Amino acid sequence: MSGVFFDAVLCALILAAALAAVAGRGLFRAVVFFILYGVLVATAWLRLDAIDVALAEAAIGAGLTGVLLLGAVARLARTGARAHDPPLAVVLTAGLAATGMTAVLGWSFLELPPPQGLQEAVAASLPDSGVENPVTAVLLNFRAWDTLLESIVLLAALIGVWSLTRDEAWGAPAGIPQHVRPGGVLSTFGRVLPPIGVLIGVYLVWAGASRAGGAFQGGTVLAAVILLAAMAGVLRPPRVTARRWRMALVAGPVVFLLAGLAGLGAGAFLTIPPVHAKPLILTIEAALTLSIAVTLALAVLGPPEDAAAAPSPDAKGEER
Amino acid sequence: MASDLATYLLTSVGLVFFVAGTVGLLRFPDTWSRLHALTKADNLGLGFIALGLVFQAGDWVTVAKLALIWALALLAAGTAAQLVARAALTDMASRGTDPDANAKPDPNADGEARK
Repeated sequence: MSGVFFDAVLCALILAAALAAVAGRGLFRAVVFFILYGVLVATAWLRLDAIDVALAEAAIGAGLTGVLLLGAVARLARTGARAHDPPLAVVLTAGLAATGMTAVLGWSFLELPPPQGLQEAVAASLPDSGVENPVTAVLLNFRAWDTLLESIVLLAALIGVWSLTRDEAWGAPAGIPQHVRPGGVLSTFGRVLPPIGVLIGVYLVWAGASRAGGAFQGGTVLAAVILLAAMAGVLRPPRVTARRWRMALVAGPVVFLLAGLAGLGAGAFLTIPPVHAKPLILTIEAALTLSIAVTLALAVLGPPEDAAAAPSPDAKGEER
Repeated sequence: MASDLATYLLTSVGLVFFVAGTVGLLRFPDTWSRLHALTKADNLGLGFIALGLVFQAGDWVTVAKLALIWALALLAAGTAAQLVARAALTDMASRGTDPDANAKPDPNADGEARK
C-alpha cells in the first residue's frame, strides 16, 4: 500500500520536474530541473529493480549531461548570446509532436502481445558468457556489436567537439582556463573526493561481472573524478594533442576490436569462446572503462579555448 | 520493537529538519540565509535519517555505508554552500547591488543572464 503511494508521488514528481524543465522560463532553471528529473527517473528505475539502468541514468543522464548543459549555459552567457524564447507556434508544434509520440508509444505498449522477452534465452546461455550479471553478459558477449559501436560513437562525438576548436587555440589544454583559489574549498574538495571516486568507479566495473555495475557506469564516475580534479586545479586539463591521452581514448575500441578479430579464430567476428570468456570480458571492460572515462571527461571539458596556452604556430606541426 | 521506535523517532526528527530547511529556503530573504537553511536540512536532517536507519541495518557493513553516505553528502553540501555563497558575493560586487535579484521581478534574474 505504502509502495503504491510512494510510486504515485514519484510519478507526480517526475512529471512536475519534466514540465518545469520544458515549460519554465530561463535556461539555467531548465537545466536544474533537467538534473532533478534525471535523479527522479533514476529512483524510478530503482523501484523497477533495474539497478544497472538506474546507475547509468544517475551517472550519465543526470550527472554528466547536467554538467554538459550547465557548461553550455555558462558559455552562452560568456559569449553574450541571448537565448530567445521560441515563438508560440514552435512551442505548440513541439508540444503536439511530443504528446503524439507519447500517445503512440503508450498505445503500442498496450496493444503488443504480452512480451515473451529474452530473459529465458539469456538465463540459459549465462553459464557460457563468462559473467554472472545478465546485463553485462548481453552488453559484452551476446550483443557485443552494439557496445563496440557505442564506444566508437563516443569517440566520434569527441572528434565533433574538438572540430569546433579555433585554429589558434589548437594544442592548448581542453576547455577554458580554470581559476581556483589555492587552498580554497574547491581545491580541497578536489583533493579529498577523487580517491573515493576512483575506488567507487573501479568497484562498479569489477562488480559489473556479477552484480549491477559495468564499464559505462564506472567510466562515468571516473570521468567525474577527472572533471572534478581539472575544475579544482588539481589536474591540468590534458592538451588535445597529448599522445598518452589520445592512446587512452582509443584503448577501449582497439582492445575490443582486437578481441573481436581474435574471435575470428573461434568462428566469427566477436565470438567469445566460453573458456576464455571471463578474462576476455574483464580485459575489454577495463580498456573500455579507461576510454569512456577519458572521452566523457574531454567531451565535457570542451574544445580548447585558451589561444595563449597553445604552442606557437611554427612548433604546431610537431606532435608531442 | 524498540529499534523500530528509535527509527520512527529519529527519522521524524530528520524530517522536521528537512521541512524547516525547505521552509527557510522558500521564505528567507537572501542567498546566504537560504544557504544556512539548506545546509541544516542536509547536515542534520540527513544525519538523523541515516541514524534512524542504522537501527534497521542488519550488519555493520550497512551501518558503515550509511555513515559514508552521510559523510559524503556533508562534504558535498558544505563545499557547494561555500561556492554558492562566494559566487553570490562576487555577483554582488560586480553589480554593486543586492545579490538576490530573484526576490524582485528582475528580467535579468535568469541564470543565463548571470556572469
